[in-house]
Amino acid sequence: MQWEVVIGLEIHTQLATQSKIFSGSATTFGSEPNTQASLVDLGMPGVLPVLNQEAVRMACMFGLAIDAEIGPRNVFARKNYFYPDLPKGYQISQMDLPIVGKGHLDIALEDGTLKRIGVTRAHLEEDAGKSLHEDFNGATGIDLNRAGTPLLEIVSEPDMRSAKEAVAYVKAIHALVRYLGICDGNMAEGSLRCDCNVSVRPKGQVEFGTRCEIKNVNSFRFIERAINSEIQRQIDLIEDGGKVVQETRLYDPNKDETRSMRSKEEANDYRYFPDPDLLPVVIEPSFLETVRASLPELPTQKVERFQSQYGLSAYDANVLASSREQADYFEQVASIGGDAKLAANWVMVELGSLLNKLGVEIDQSPVSAELLGGMLQRIRDNTISGKIAKTVFEAMAAGEGDADSIIESKGLKQVTDTGAIDKMLDEVLAANAEQVEQYRAADEAKRGKMFGFFVGQAMKASKGKANPGQVNQLLKAKLEG
Amino acid sequence: MHQLTLAEIARGLADKSFSSEELTGALLSRIKQLDPQINSFISITEAQALQQARAADARRANGETGALLGAPIAHKDLFCTQGVRTSCGSKMLDSFTAPYDATVVAKLAEAGMVTLGKTNMDEFAMGSANESSHYGAVKNPWNLEHVPGGSSGGSAAAVAARLLPVATGTDTGGSIRQPAALTNLTGLKPTYGRVSRWGMIAYASSLDQGGPMARTAEDCALLLQGMAGFDAKDSTSVDESVPDYSANLNASLQGLRIGLPKEYFGAGLDPRIAELVQASVKELEKLGAVVKEISLPNMQHAIPAYYVIAPAEASSNLSRFDGVRFGYRCEAPKDLTDLYKRSRGEGFGAEVQRRIMVGTYALSAGYYDAYYVKAQQIRRLIKNDFMAAFEQVDVILGPTTPNPAWKLGSKNADPVAAYLEDVYTITANLAGLPGLSMPAGFVDGLPVGVQLLAPYFQEGRLLNVAHRYQQVTDWHTRAPKGF
Amino acid sequence: MALQRCDVEKIAHLARLGLNEGELPRITDALNSILGLVDQMQAVDTTGIEPLAHPLEATQRLRPDQVTESNQRDRYQAVAPSTENGLYLVPKVIE
Repeated sequence: MQWEVVIGLEIHTQLATQSKIFSGSATTFGSEPNTQASLVDLGMPGVLPVLNQEAVRMACMFGLAIDAEIGPRNVFARKNYFYPDLPKGYQISQMDLPIVGKGHLDIALEDGTLKRIGVTRAHLEEDAGKSLHEDFNGATGIDLNRAGTPLLEIVSEPDMRSAKEAVAYVKAIHALVRYLGICDGNMAEGSLRCDCNVSVRPKGQVEFGTRCEIKNVNSFRFIERAINSEIQRQIDLIEDGGKVVQETRLYDPNKDETRSMRSKEEANDYRYFPDPDLLPVVIEPSFLETVRASLPELPTQKVERFQSQYGLSAYDANVLASSREQADYFEQVASIGGDAKLAANWVMVELGSLLNKLGVEIDQSPVSAELLGGMLQRIRDNTISGKIAKTVFEAMAAGEGDADSIIESKGLKQVTDTGAIDKMLDEVLAANAEQVEQYRAADEAKRGKMFGFFVGQAMKASKGKANPGQVNQLLKAKLEG
Repeated sequence: MHQLTLAEIARGLADKSFSSEELTGALLSRIKQLDPQINSFISITEAQALQQARAADARRANGETGALLGAPIAHKDLFCTQGVRTSCGSKMLDSFTAPYDATVVAKLAEAGMVTLGKTNMDEFAMGSANESSHYGAVKNPWNLEHVPGGSSGGSAAAVAARLLPVATGTDTGGSIRQPAALTNLTGLKPTYGRVSRWGMIAYASSLDQGGPMARTAEDCALLLQGMAGFDAKDSTSVDESVPDYSANLNASLQGLRIGLPKEYFGAGLDPRIAELVQASVKELEKLGAVVKEISLPNMQHAIPAYYVIAPAEASSNLSRFDGVRFGYRCEAPKDLTDLYKRSRGEGFGAEVQRRIMVGTYALSAGYYDAYYVKAQQIRRLIKNDFMAAFEQVDVILGPTTPNPAWKLGSKNADPVAAYLEDVYTITANLAGLPGLSMPAGFVDGLPVGVQLLAPYFQEGRLLNVAHRYQQVTDWHTRAPKGF
Repeated sequence: MALQRCDVEKIAHLARLGLNEGELPRITDALNSILGLVDQMQAVDTTGIEPLAHPLEATQRLRPDQVTESNQRDRYQAVAPSTENGLYLVPKVIE
């Protein structure tokens, strides 16, 4: 049987506000337990919520960025359930009238084509606290610092057909919220978390299969692995004559499997109703226009511009625009270095592998955009060759200064004096008289290969500093002549 | 000294006839002496009160003035008071010392009021007899075998017994006006949003409103002045300036259009109360008012709608009482569900549990539209009725309650019997309108109240009508025997 | 449609109220009596009527994004039944 996979995602993004969505507590990550839990966050008797305008603005930014309709009148509702990390016994969320309506986002597939993924809605809500299950004499500890942190829950249509597509979508959302500056995207700290709804159906069947929801997956790698293991579980189950039961599951990365989360099963009558402590939020068109005017260039716009302005390939443009930091870095290097394609190459290849090796993000790169751009100038004005540039780059990465001082101190300046090169080549040819004989005796086809040997010897003799173009030209003349 | 009204106390303090400390001391000993008969206080804050009194005297000596400076008050025990137990009349919060002050408490303290204590109330403000308190029933000073009304029954009984001149109350379905009526007081429920709800432990958020309880309209005006105002901490607080409520107390009633809703005088109303209400209308006519019959056709649907909306909101509001961060926690819970169920099962009383269950049911899957949405639609019909009525009249007048105070324990068998006593007061909460109850006579030695309703933010008009009425009648000056 | 005992048990569970077995019949009767009162609403024609959630129909005010709270943990946890190392304690939660 051929199976088709259907995936829809709910992505929770913590909005990068200073204070919480309904209280004046700080949202800083990693503070001592319960030191950022105010009366409101603790759900003390008699307290009341007041909505943070920045959370509203950020939600509107997101909505505009995905071409969605912004609810002109959106309403907060209470989602009622008992859980120790939920202090009030209800979560303030949005149900019938969310702030962001239907929108869409394009993702780049591996074959280079684009696929449009529908966003059903995005709504504002408050985050819950954390349960710490380390043993406190058999008890669970509750930290409510996170309670009340603003979340934008982004719900997709069931438009994805593989784990790879799901990851591409999460990456696109991740890039977008970071572009917008509304979320720091730190998945390890839980700033962006994903619930994956997965089902399978026989290829060609119109109705969806029964879905399972994998809760709280928090890395790109785990999303792919969790979905793939869940797909396999469902297919195996059905092929063995079983039935998929709709339920909430948890992914265990150690065992690479999902397991049922029975504890959350029973309480699913959330009794949503409009929160009587909050009034309808009205978004004025004038406010929306201000937000629209403040939107930065978005990833898709940037990809298009990189292609038209710099003549980059679609692939290169996509890679460079995948994060705002990388795109900004590239543009700065291109502008200082004066050659966009050269800049693109260096950012993607040499810098990419350096960062990979160091395991750091581009904003922590030991080689700044100024340094790299300065080095590219020296390549372009023939002070150094591309090959020598790698040596200079390594030295810059090791903190030895800028390109000019490294070239100077290490004496890496390219030799372009024809006389000097001529003299050096004569010495090389003299030292390799036997090979010269063979070369001259060989036919055209063999000569090609042998020529490379002399170039190599020449570059070696010049410690790589001789201008490769001049070496080629002069060498040819000498050997042929 | 205990006979003095708030206005008289203000004058006495101003002309130095007595100090706040003397007054406070006298009232505290009166409370200790007499309150055991009526059980109107849950906590008496003697040391703090004397300290506040001395501070108020010092402020006055420094040249400060103000009608509330040094004047005594007690707060219904659902207003959070920092460092003082705030129990909501519930075992659930018996051990709860509030870590902050309600806005109302803070504002009145700022104005120099002296808090004598926290008054008894129906548990979580759910009730109209003050019999559901964990701290025992409150007794009506007019007849100790009768209820004082509720849920602000402790505040009502304390003021009626002349233990102090004024107290705060809250009104979700009549909880200021009904006990005021049953104890011969003047009580005002302001427009929804006029008084901050921050620190006022919620029963039903879209209906709750704090307000003053006193013996005269003049005192209500003084106390409301200190309570009302915008509060950025309450999203439902209204950002509108507060008028001087005392300025127009004496304004003429010439030409005032009073509407009498015919639905308020139908079956269920004690005919003796109907007569007293008509007598009060005659007095107002003598003062120049013009009377007109009006209709509020959806009034009869108010009780069913209220008993969906209020319990629904309450069921959610009271979920935070889970034995984790504050309040009652059961002994040795064996797991999380056990912790929740026993803490809440043991911490909440029967009426609170009933309303939580009604509300939970009304919001549950499959019933939400039939109950909650339907009730909110009826709520709009009721508001529309009032909007239409206020096109024709300036105030609406009727009885506050269908019956005088009933005997303790007599309505405990069937909760619905007590619910029906709210029939005249509930509509103002559903529509968010201001309402006032004022003394209008006695039946079998028990007080009867007349209710006045006005358009949004016209508390001043209600106080004006009641004050003029109180200038020509003396019902409000009568004191219960033994107090 | 009157509530049965099992309905009441289900509601009590949703509301996390531990009820005494012996009280169930009395509670069931009381709830049915209240729902009987409430059901009178069904006679009202509310077709096309917009539900009213708040009497004044005002709109939400927005708060500037400023941190105004400081750490008050000790004060707030003074009223807590059980804490350790700054954490609120509850019976072991199994996920």
